[in-house]
Amino acid sequence: MSFDLVEGGGPARTASGPVIEADDLRVWYAGPTGPVKAVDGVTFSLRPGEILGLVGESGCGKSTLGRGLLGLLPDGAARDGALRFRGDDMLTLRRKEQYQLRGSQLGMIFQEPLTRLNPLMRISDHFSETLKTHEKGLSKREIEERSLEALRVMGIPPTRFKAYPHEFSGGMRQRLMIALALVLRPAFVVADEPTTALDVLVEAQIIRILHDLRETYETSLLLITHNLGIVAEACDRVAVMYAGKIVEIGPAREVFANPQHSYTRELLRSTISLSTTGLNFIDGAPPDLSDPPSGCHFHPRCPDAMAVCATRDPVDRELPAGTRVACWASDLRHGTVTLSESERAPLQKEEIALADEA
Amino acid sequence: MLTKRDPTARPGPVIETENLEVHFQLQGGALARVFGLKARRVKALDGVNIALQRGEVLGLVGESGSGKTTLGRALLGLVPSTDGRIVYHAPDGPRQVSEMRGRELRQLRTDLQMVFQDPSAALNPSMTIAEAVGHPLVIHKIAKGAELRRRVNESLERVGLAPVERFANKYPSDLSGGQKQRAVIARAIILDPEVLVADEPISMLDMSVRAKILQLMLDLKNDLGLSYLYITHDLASAKYFCDRIAIMYLGRIVEIGPTAEIFANPRHPYTKALLKAIPEPDPTRMVPRDLPRGEIPDAAEPPLGCSFHPRCSEAVAECGWESRDLRVVLEQHWTRRSADYDAERKLVGDLDKLDRPETTATLGAGDPERTLALLDKVRAENPDEPLWKGVRSLESDGRAVQISFEEGVDPALRRAGGVEVACVLYPDEGAGAGATGAAGGTTAGSDGSG
Repeated sequence: MSFDLVEGGGPARTASGPVIEADDLRVWYAGPTGPVKAVDGVTFSLRPGEILGLVGESGCGKSTLGRGLLGLLPDGAARDGALRFRGDDMLTLRRKEQYQLRGSQLGMIFQEPLTRLNPLMRISDHFSETLKTHEKGLSKREIEERSLEALRVMGIPPTRFKAYPHEFSGGMRQRLMIALALVLRPAFVVADEPTTALDVLVEAQIIRILHDLRETYETSLLLITHNLGIVAEACDRVAVMYAGKIVEIGPAREVFANPQHSYTRELLRSTISLSTTGLNFIDGAPPDLSDPPSGCHFHPRCPDAMAVCATRDPVDRELPAGTRVACWASDLRHGTVTLSESERAPLQKEEIALADEA
Repeated sequence: MLTKRDPTARPGPVIETENLEVHFQLQGGALARVFGLKARRVKALDGVNIALQRGEVLGLVGESGSGKTTLGRALLGLVPSTDGRIVYHAPDGPRQVSEMRGRELRQLRTDLQMVFQDPSAALNPSMTIAEAVGHPLVIHKIAKGAELRRRVNESLERVGLAPVERFANKYPSDLSGGQKQRAVIARAIILDPEVLVADEPISMLDMSVRAKILQLMLDLKNDLGLSYLYITHDLASAKYFCDRIAIMYLGRIVEIGPTAEIFANPRHPYTKALLKAIPEPDPTRMVPRDLPRGEIPDAAEPPLGCSFHPRCSEAVAECGWESRDLRVVLEQHWTRRSADYDAERKLVGDLDKLDRPETTATLGAGDPERTLALLDKVRAENPDEPLWKGVRSLESDGRAVQISFEEGVDPALRRAGGVEVACVLYPDEGAGAGATGAAGGTTAGSDGSG
C-alpha cells in the first residue's frame, strides 16, 4: 500500500527508543477519606507501532492510567513518578507545553463517539478545525487531501465528507473519531473501550482497523478494554491491572497461554467464550482504592493465597518468556524466592459472601 | 411461595407467536402530512413464528436493530402487535396475549416476567431493595405485612442476596452492578412466574460477574422449573446458556435450531459472520479479515429480497440486488482508490438518485461510454463482488447507462438439516410438508427439547 502518511509527521522520529515510558507512575485523587490511589506505581514502555492491551475489572484504574498518560485528569488529581514521551519527562512540562503535545503527538479515542462530535458541524469542518488548530499554515487543498486520506484508511468513502454526524451509523462514527485522532499523525494514542457500545460485527471491523493502523501510521496504541478476546486478537502485548497496579505484563500470546499471576488466570477463566464448558468466576470485588488490602492487593480473592501474600508486597520479576509478574505464587513456582514454612501456609481468609461482587 | 414446576408434566410450548408483526409508524412532520407524503413504517417484527417450549432456554441473538428486544416485549404485551397472534398456554387453556386488556394483561404478567438489561435503570432509586422486590406482590394485592416480608426474604435469599438484613434496607445506589441485577431477578421471580424474558441480563455487568449471574439464572431455572427467553447479542454466552437459538436480522428470524447444531454447522451467512466476529481469548487466532461490510440497514426501508444481501459474501443473483447496492459498490471503489475521485464523481452524476429500492438504476451524466468504462474498472478491481452476479443488463441508452438487476427472492424460513434457515442457498427440503411461504416457521416448536 502506498500511503504517504508516515513521512513528515511532526519532529523526526527516534525509530528505536520507546515512544512512551512510565516509571513508577502514580495517579492519586483526593477522596473524602484520604487519597484514592487509582494508579499506584505503574512501570511500562511502548515501542513505536506497538499495541498494548490494558485489561482488568472495572474500578482497577485502567481509565485513570489512560487519561493520566495524556494529562487529561480532573482537578484534584496528582501525578507522580516519571512519565517520558520520547525521552522528555512530561510531568515537569508546563501546562501549555503539555497542551501542545496533545492532539499533535498524543491522541485519544473515546467510547461514545456521538458525544464527541459536534452535531452542527459537517465532518469536513471537524477535520479542518482539528488540522488548523494543531498544524497552522496548511492550505485548504492540503487540509482536504489529508482529511480524505484519513477517512479512506478508515473505510469511509469521500462522498460522505460533507455529511453531518447524525447521518452516520454508530460504527461509522467511531471510525470518524479514529480518523480525527489520526489525521494529526500522533505518535501515541489511547483508545478507551473504543468498541464497547458497538455490535459484534462492527466491533470486529473496528478492531481490524486498529490492528492495521501501524501499517499506515506507525502509531503506538494503548487499547483499554475489558474484553480479553479483543486483546488476544489485536494486541502485541497485554498488561493486566488490578487495584492500581500492573500485576502482569508480557507478550499477548505468552500471557494468554501461560498466565503467571493468579488474577490473570482467574480473569481468563471467568471469561465466557465459545470454548466455555463451565462457568467460573472470581469471588468478591476489586477493593476500595483509598484503602487497599495489605501485601498483594488480590490476596483476599486469590485461590492460591499464602500467608506471605497478606503481609509482604510481591516484587516485580522478569521471567524468561518475557513477562513481568508480581505474584508470590509465581515466584515460588519459578524458584526465585525461598519462603519459610509459615509464609507458605495457605492463607486463612474471611468468608466472601456470594453476593460480594462487582 | 416459590415452588418448583415440573416442565415435563405439561409438555409443549408455553408461549408462541404466529406471523407476529409489530410495525411502528414514523410520525412525519406537519408539513409532510399537509403534502400527503408517504408515512414511513418501521417493521420492527415482520412475520415472526417462534415457540418457547416449557422448561427450555431459547436464545434470541442479533445485532441492535434486529428486533429481538421488541419480540421480547411483545410477548409480555408491552408492545402492541399490529398483526399476527401471540398465544400463551396458561394452565387453564390457551389465551391470546394480543387480545388481552387491563386486568387480564396484569394477570398475564404474574406468569411472564422480564429481567432488564440495565439494573440501575430498572430499579427505582428511592425504593429500598426490599420495597422494590416486594412491589409486585403489593401491586397485585397478593401479600402484605408479615407474609410480604417473608416472601421478599425468601426471594432475596434465593438470588444470593444473603444475609438478607445486609441488603433489604439498602438503596440501589449502595449496591454493585451484579447485586442490583440479582435484586431485579428477585423481583422477577417473586410472583412465581412460568417464563422469564431476560433482555441482555449480563451485558452491562463486569466480565468477572457475568458468569455468576448466568449461573444464578441456571440454578433458578432448575429449582423453579422456569422457561427463559434469553435475548442477547453475545453468541458466546448464548452457546453456553441456551437449548435452542434463533438468529434475528431486521425483524425476521433467519435461522433457528438446537444450539449444538447452530454452532457446529452454521448455515445462514449471517450466522457464520456473527460466529467469526466473536473475539476469542485465543492468541493464536488472528483478526478476522472477511467480515460483512456496513451495518444493519434502516428498517424503515429494508433492502429488497433478502435483507442481509448487501452485506452477504455468499450472495447470488436472486438475492435482491438493487439500485442502492450500486452506490455502496461505487463508494467502496472510491474508498480503495481516491486518485480519480473528482473526475469519476462528475462522470457518475447524482448519487442520491440511486437511493431508491428499485431493480433499475440510471448512472452517468452525459458520457455513457466513459461511465461504462468506469463500471468495468470497478468490476475488474474486485471481480468477486457479488453485486455483479445480480446484474441482468448493463447498457448505454445514448445519454446514460441503464442498469437492471435480477428480480429478488425473499427467502422464507424453511427446514435445512436439523435447523430452519431463511436463505436462498438452502432450498426447501420438505416441500409440500405443509410449510409454505412465510408461514414456514410454524414448525419451529416441533423440534423443541421438551
